[in-house]
Amino acid sequence: MHSIWRTLDRGTLRDIALVCLADAMVGAAFGAIAVSGGLPPWVPVVMSLLVFAGGAQFAAVGVVLSGGAPIAAVAAGLVLNARLLPFGFAVGDVLGGRWWTRLAGAHLMTDEAVAFVVRDGDPRRRHAAFWACGLGLFVSWNAAVVLGALAGRGIGDTTALGLDAAFPAVLLALVLPSLTGRAERAERAERAERNVRNVRNAALLGAAVAVAATPFLPAGLPVLLALAGLVLTVRTPTGSEVSCP
Amino acid sequence: MPLIAILALAAGTYAFRLAGPALHHRLRLPGRLRHLLSVTATVLLVALVATSALTEGHGFAGWARLAGVLAAGILTLRKAPFPLVVVLAAATTAVLRLLGVP
Repeated sequence: MHSIWRTLDRGTLRDIALVCLADAMVGAAFGAIAVSGGLPPWVPVVMSLLVFAGGAQFAAVGVVLSGGAPIAAVAAGLVLNARLLPFGFAVGDVLGGRWWTRLAGAHLMTDEAVAFVVRDGDPRRRHAAFWACGLGLFVSWNAAVVLGALAGRGIGDTTALGLDAAFPAVLLALVLPSLTGRAERAERAERAERNVRNVRNAALLGAAVAVAATPFLPAGLPVLLALAGLVLTVRTPTGSEVSCP
Repeated sequence: MPLIAILALAAGTYAFRLAGPALHHRLRLPGRLRHLLSVTATVLLVALVATSALTEGHGFAGWARLAGVLAAGILTLRKAPFPLVVVLAAATTAVLRLLGVP
């Protein structure tokens, strides 16, 4: 814990705190919506502690509040969370080597924490950013859900505050620098630039596939289809560039 | 919503989360596959940005949200500080909605 504070600069900690604040407002809305929809207060609270995935929580509660079966709520939530599987393989190394840090860290894996990992190239700072964001979000999200569930009606309208734009804005601000090449080191400029271009093309193709599939598929699957964009990185002959440390 | 449904969703979600970190140290992945996995996170995050900026349910999310996210993109490219990016994105969307933009 101590090393997290020493490793991260104040700017990164400030950014993480802001994301925690924005997500806390959404968490309060989640608690309020669930309770004012007729669910007992323990449902959003227990769900947030154990599931800890905002999109899936809203989806599952939405299914139940609109009269759907619990099994349909579980299915909707699981499909939305399926992206955590490839996320885990992509950034699984940042959790640390000990078995208990992996057990605990896995539960803290969110889109936001992964985005803070992607933003940084240095392994120690990636590790610290993951834990700071993961722990910060876990505390702020769950505390906010409790407050929202207690407050109930009245704080459900996050769209008036534009908070639905904040989630994509946060992820975009964290991931965009790695797509424009500013995050790469200068001494490997040429190779890095080709690499960045590959990643950018893959991401753009993936995003186009995901958006095109959204009208036709259950929420969550379109994002997984974006992995089709990876064909652009496979086909390009980058094999010789990849070194095995 | 019964407790068993919450537990099922929680267990499945945790399994998704744990698989990668748990297997990471056991699998000896070739370099190319490791490179591909590092790209995977970025590709998924950009797809999340695109779908959550443009769509709500199965339809268009509306111009107000899209304008807010586009503002965030422009501000990021202009190297604006992160808090400014996020606050101005939400503010753009909120003001547009106040003005009646869907």
